[in-house]
Amino acid sequence: MTIEPTERSPLMQAIFGRLSWDVIPFHEPILLATFVGAALLGVFVLVQITRAKAWGWLWRDWFCTIDHKKIGVMYMVLGIVMLIRGFADAIMMRLHQALAFGDSMGYLPPHHYDQIFTAHGVIMIFFVAMPFVTGLMNYVVPLQIGARDVAFPFLNNFSFWMTAAGAALVMVSLFVGEFSTTGWLAYPPLSGIAYSPGVGVDYYIWSLQIAGVGTLLSGVNLLATIIKMRAPGMTLMKMPIFTWTALCTNVLIVAAFPVLTGVLGLLSLDRYVGTHFFTNDFGGNAMMYVNLIWIWGHPEVYILILPLFGVFSEVVSTFSGKRLFGYASMVYATVVITILSYLVWLHHFFTMGSGASVNSFFGITTMIISIPTGAKMFNWLFTMYRGRIRFEVPMLWTMGFMFTFVIGGMTGVLLAVPPADFVLHNSLFLIAHFHNVIIGGVIFGVFAGINYWFPKVAGFKLDDFWGRVSFWFWQIGFLFAFMPLYVLGLMGVTRRVSHFEDMSLQPFFVVAAFGAVLIGFGILAFLIQLYVSFKRREALRDDSGDPWGGRTLEWSTSSPPPAYNFAFTPRVHELDSWHDMKARGYERPRDGYVDIHMPSNTSAGIILAGISAVLGFALIWHIWWLAGLSFVALIGTAIGHTFNYDRDFHIHANEVTDIEDTRTRQLSALRS
Amino acid sequence: MSSLATTLSPEERNSFYLREDHHPENATLLGFWLYLMSDCLLFAVLFAAYGVLGGSYAAGPGPKDLFDLPLVAVNTSMLLLSSITYGFAMLEMARKRQTATLVWLGITGLFGIAFIALELYEFHHLIHEGAGPQRSAFLSAFFTLVGTHGLHVTFGIVWLVVLMAQVHRRGLTVPNMRRLACLSLFWHFLDVVWIGVFTFVYLMGVLR
Repeated sequence: MTIEPTERSPLMQAIFGRLSWDVIPFHEPILLATFVGAALLGVFVLVQITRAKAWGWLWRDWFCTIDHKKIGVMYMVLGIVMLIRGFADAIMMRLHQALAFGDSMGYLPPHHYDQIFTAHGVIMIFFVAMPFVTGLMNYVVPLQIGARDVAFPFLNNFSFWMTAAGAALVMVSLFVGEFSTTGWLAYPPLSGIAYSPGVGVDYYIWSLQIAGVGTLLSGVNLLATIIKMRAPGMTLMKMPIFTWTALCTNVLIVAAFPVLTGVLGLLSLDRYVGTHFFTNDFGGNAMMYVNLIWIWGHPEVYILILPLFGVFSEVVSTFSGKRLFGYASMVYATVVITILSYLVWLHHFFTMGSGASVNSFFGITTMIISIPTGAKMFNWLFTMYRGRIRFEVPMLWTMGFMFTFVIGGMTGVLLAVPPADFVLHNSLFLIAHFHNVIIGGVIFGVFAGINYWFPKVAGFKLDDFWGRVSFWFWQIGFLFAFMPLYVLGLMGVTRRVSHFEDMSLQPFFVVAAFGAVLIGFGILAFLIQLYVSFKRREALRDDSGDPWGGRTLEWSTSSPPPAYNFAFTPRVHELDSWHDMKARGYERPRDGYVDIHMPSNTSAGIILAGISAVLGFALIWHIWWLAGLSFVALIGTAIGHTFNYDRDFHIHANEVTDIEDTRTRQLSALRS
Repeated sequence: MSSLATTLSPEERNSFYLREDHHPENATLLGFWLYLMSDCLLFAVLFAAYGVLGGSYAAGPGPKDLFDLPLVAVNTSMLLLSSITYGFAMLEMARKRQTATLVWLGITGLFGIAFIALELYEFHHLIHEGAGPQRSAFLSAFFTLVGTHGLHVTFGIVWLVVLMAQVHRRGLTVPNMRRLACLSLFWHFLDVVWIGVFTFVYLMGVLR
């Protein structure tokens, strides 16, 4: 489905740019059916919201909220929605590769298949893993450090909507035009205008640029929050370990995402202005793109995994009933990983041919990273050693992670050996490796985190049975889906192939497809878990605010916490301060509440992000008047927002007293 | 650990919360500084691109053929002077003299506009001579690096005008002074970047 330049009048060209009816994929039955399905679902949701008269509530209490807790929840919802989309791509690929052997060409045309593997990668990294990670940090970090909110609450709302606007553009590409066919990092010269003249790469560029603004700003925001807003007494080495990993992740975000912005900016200049950064002619250098994008890309994988290392640390310590073994070494390991993650980027393209010395350097730095990671693994094991371990669902995910991630780590060290990498480069061995660490690390960690903190968010636990079902389907499905890829990769099968001649390979792909189906059941079980838990919320209810016997400050407030998080700012004396408070007979204050200073909600964030999405769409389709108009509107709205100085209000002491008295009654009912 | 505990009074050591409303330090300047560092990395990418592609002339003109150092010297002095005048504005702001602050901000803006005008003249001249950004990878990198800096200055001028309006309207209030301090960081940052551009692109370009 390449977009043919059709004959059209200059006027139509000026009004609609490259947009026409031809770009709507009416002739692709799969896309059409998806579109109809998505449209019906969308209409159903809209009708339900309208019937419940929930629009005003949604707009005021959620879309315009600056409460870090609600924004965190919205990030998680975005992540779940996009996970389903990304998984749909995955299962289509697995099915196609299981079928496309010999005489059968599979059911996906190559051009469509190329879009699917590109969209799968882009969505899973940028719009699933990133929102999940940012959502967890957003919700948990301010509570763990005893703060009322993040440092810049409005920016937080704006960041979320920019991420959502990027995700929306990717979704639009499904039905209007096409997505990139270049693979998830869009290497030139393939992604240059000469070889990808369509809108696919432009969708890729602008969705990532818009979402990237959100990610960068949320990184700045959380960094400033952690540095400036910790409760009195919480020195750096008394910070909960999840907050430490969040700190390091946000350092990485601030120090890596500008490189992505920069390199995608250069690529768009090549495509829009006709410059020669990465072209084959006029002195361009495509390998510069590859270097630059991996200077962002390698820190990015640690941006994803570090917060989940934090989640596992919290979970292991809570469910072993012990303080974390080797807290200080855990902190140092995290910091060392943060620094080393900038010194390994070239291992993604040893085959560039930069010579033995350069490759050795990057091979060795890569192997060195496994040392702090290994130290973490032992810390978790020693935390469990002689602990009273409770095998609740978060702990299950954590142990699944420890088993799976170690395998992925070891295959990673294999790939770090340059001569081995020359053989395995771009093979399915690599695909198996990074899915091994991303599913086994990031996704398992996200599910551990969701199961762990859900009672804090909702006031009731998630259903145990369906949590276990989901875990086992994921764990076993993962092994079925990716172990065959290791074998195939060792036999030399490369990635992104849409048809095979060698029939002897087919059984491996069939097994992999079966594994993907199992993972699908895992996702389904998670959705059922959410539904069942909501239905059984009275039975699963937790009034204590501390259902697991937690150790950090987020468990000291009610579940869900009040808008202001803490009626009085906590004073911290020890690491694991909530554990310390419980051990030393902490009594909740019952009176003397004062007015609490809070930021007000605003619609500026969603409006700015909406205009940005329109701007991106106009640039993708070369609708220059709309691009100009929306750019002016964007700047104008932003300036207009700065003229609003009235950005905060006070929650009156009476109101605080009411909320806290309800809490007191709730707790005394629990005791009696 | 113990050093902190000893600075607390006995009551504080046994209390787990603060009775009064707690106001954490204002994080705006730190946050803005972090943003500037990320912006700095964006320029690092562009400098790196120029470093790699700066010699790829594609049989077209090179720096020696194109750069007019006296013009760039005037240009550079405009920007450096604007940094000094912004400094004067901040000094007047510290003395709470609103009109003097606005006057110095206005002069800063005029220097900024002069800088942008000279840069646009240079770009126009180069493109007119057939040395536009499409001519070679060297020129692509040159126009992008210098142009991105120019866009930053343009944005700074717009921001300056907006802030002048806000100071005029509401006076030197705490939020306005915070905003002026942020723009001050931004403006000086652009100056530092320009010194890099001037040295690395223009001076070393003419030398090689």
